[in-house]
Amino acid sequence: MLLHLSLWTFMCIFMEKPSTLLDKLWGAHEILRREDGTSLLWVDRHLVHEGSHHAFAKLAARGQKVAEPRLTFAVTDHYAPTRQRDRITDPDIARMIETLEGNARTHGLETFGLSDPRQGIVHVIGPEQGLTLPGLQINCGDSHTSTHGAFGALAFGIGATEVAHVLATQTVWQRKPAAMRITFEGALAPGVTAKDMALGWIARLGAGGAQGHAVEYAGPAVEALSMEGRMTLCNLSIEGGARFGMVAPDEVTFDYIKGRPFAPKASDWERAVDGWRTLRTDAGADFAREVIIDAADIAPTLTWGTSPEQAIGIDAVLPAPGSLGAGKAAAAEAAYDYMGLTPGQPIKGTPVDQVFLGSCTNGRIEDLRAAAAVLRGRRAQVPGLVSPGSALVKQQAEAEGLDLVFRDAGLEWAASGCSMCVGMNGDLVAPGKRCASSTNRNFRGRQGRGARTHLMSPAMVAAAAVTGALSDLREVMQERV
Amino acid sequence: MAGWTTHEGRAVHLPQDNVDTDQLIPARFMSTPRVQGYGDFLLHDMRRDDAGVLRPDFPLNGPEPASILIAGRNFGSGSSREAAVYALVDAGFRAVIAPGFGDIFAANAINNGLLPARLGEREVAALVAELGDGGAPLCIDLGNREIQVAGQVFGFDLDEVWRTKLIKGWDDIDLTLQHAARIASFRDRRVADTVWVLPDD
Ligand code: SF4
Repeated sequence: MLLHLSLWTFMCIFMEKPSTLLDKLWGAHEILRREDGTSLLWVDRHLVHEGSHHAFAKLAARGQKVAEPRLTFAVTDHYAPTRQRDRITDPDIARMIETLEGNARTHGLETFGLSDPRQGIVHVIGPEQGLTLPGLQINCGDSHTSTHGAFGALAFGIGATEVAHVLATQTVWQRKPAAMRITFEGALAPGVTAKDMALGWIARLGAGGAQGHAVEYAGPAVEALSMEGRMTLCNLSIEGGARFGMVAPDEVTFDYIKGRPFAPKASDWERAVDGWRTLRTDAGADFAREVIIDAADIAPTLTWGTSPEQAIGIDAVLPAPGSLGAGKAAAAEAAYDYMGLTPGQPIKGTPVDQVFLGSCTNGRIEDLRAAAAVLRGRRAQVPGLVSPGSALVKQQAEAEGLDLVFRDAGLEWAASGCSMCVGMNGDLVAPGKRCASSTNRNFRGRQGRGARTHLMSPAMVAAAAVTGALSDLREVMQERV
Repeated sequence: MAGWTTHEGRAVHLPQDNVDTDQLIPARFMSTPRVQGYGDFLLHDMRRDDAGVLRPDFPLNGPEPASILIAGRNFGSGSSREAAVYALVDAGFRAVIAPGFGDIFAANAINNGLLPARLGEREVAALVAELGDGGAPLCIDLGNREIQVAGQVFGFDLDEVWRTKLIKGWDDIDLTLQHAARIASFRDRRVADTVWVLPDD
């Protein structure tokens, strides 16, 4: 016992304890830790949008200025009209956009406003502009801020009071979450994407399954993802209850960042990359929770209910409420009622009324390419809206002729914004209508009062468009061969 | 914001899991300035039928006002919209009791004086049973982290820091500004060590 103890003491003193990526990122931003265990963190990038009006009002009430205007960026996205931008008819929408852009002017913030050629959804343009970098601490008053963790950044969504706090002090109080790792072993089957990985783990662990945790995604199937795929995966962390999602940066990350407008330049670049290479979990580091999933077990997945945990593979049968485990039957019954579906039926073949492609989850160029590959040369059987994640994604898609693929299929090609993900700009699904959607929330009424949302990957949305029903994209693509 | 230590009030039970922020306040109300009050938006689409009339059978629509909400697991999951908390607070709620909360919702609640009290699923069921049909009043004691109803006592979980914040009604900005010197030196060091952290277009 004595020997054991002294050996342990020896190890503690002379060997550095292996750290997780979370430990390293946290340590680099912790200004101080109160006795009660809460840390005051430095914020490297603060992104604000129209919804930040409450926070600016709080700041004004205190008579304070933005502490670090150079680290604060304003983005018009939630209320951005996707049609007829030059003439906003809804006075509420016009006021929300003007309030943000006015606040940004008052405080001298770099602004990606409605008429800016770089405008887009905050979680798309941060990475696109090179504002999102490994090792940074990033906050935004939006729960999908976890997206930026795909670069090996510490990124989490905050509420309006916290936004006001960051504006006033460039810091945020936060208790360090427990570290959790989800490892995806093996490789994804063809037609299966990061969206399916995310819906897959949330279906297994539940919508609150990762509450209180910061999730690090690891394993060969994660390393094999593009940055777009990693962002999709981290974006959906919050749907499983985790405020943080992250992936250790690697060559894929560095290649994506290099040359972007706000990325480090010239001699800074090499130094930056050297530092970024150390941002990985050490061998033997402790996680409070570890989950291992075989990527090959994941099918193209979609939601059938009103919570992201209510998801199944496209070839599965809608589960009986009683089979879902303790306490979930009543919610399932209510969800079936709302969604107009019957347990025991196959989900495949359910007719849809419309489709939506876009959002910070799946509105990037790779997502549009994947959808266009399914739609090319085909007609959509139902109407649909395509809203690219940013004006630059739109431009790129047009340069590749993807807009023509969508238009020729009969879908509407619109401007960029949050659009039908949340419907604040008026892009809504009508009551009772069923929408195949590449977005992130299938909550009741999320896309409009009474709207029935099925979440899935962009290629699956495209497959639903060409068949007019929830379909297995692998079969739809087979017909093509 | 004023702090509080004890609260006595009537509770209402909403027996549903995963009541998300889009239910708590649908997005279309979120452009409203706060001064107009958010209470009428609370659970708007669940409480009202398509014509906007209050559903008589919905738990929150009873004749007597309530200040404590008892709900299912994962309450307040979803978005960071603090408006979800504003809707509860403006409708007169002081506490939500549930087996679990969305992380961002819980933090937002604390920042607005609303208690997110965590109680195991079984304890929630027992608490609801104690309420009975008469709607016996609940007494919440932050000091002891206890809920009392009809002579029964239930201990709830609440982060220590959060408890202190609720009791003292602290404003974080004032607290943080006391550390201004340390923040400034942290900033200088960070910028000196890693020049590229300052974005430069
Ligand atoms: S696209 Fe949807 S989830 Fe993403 S930031 Fe906009 S509203 Fe939020």
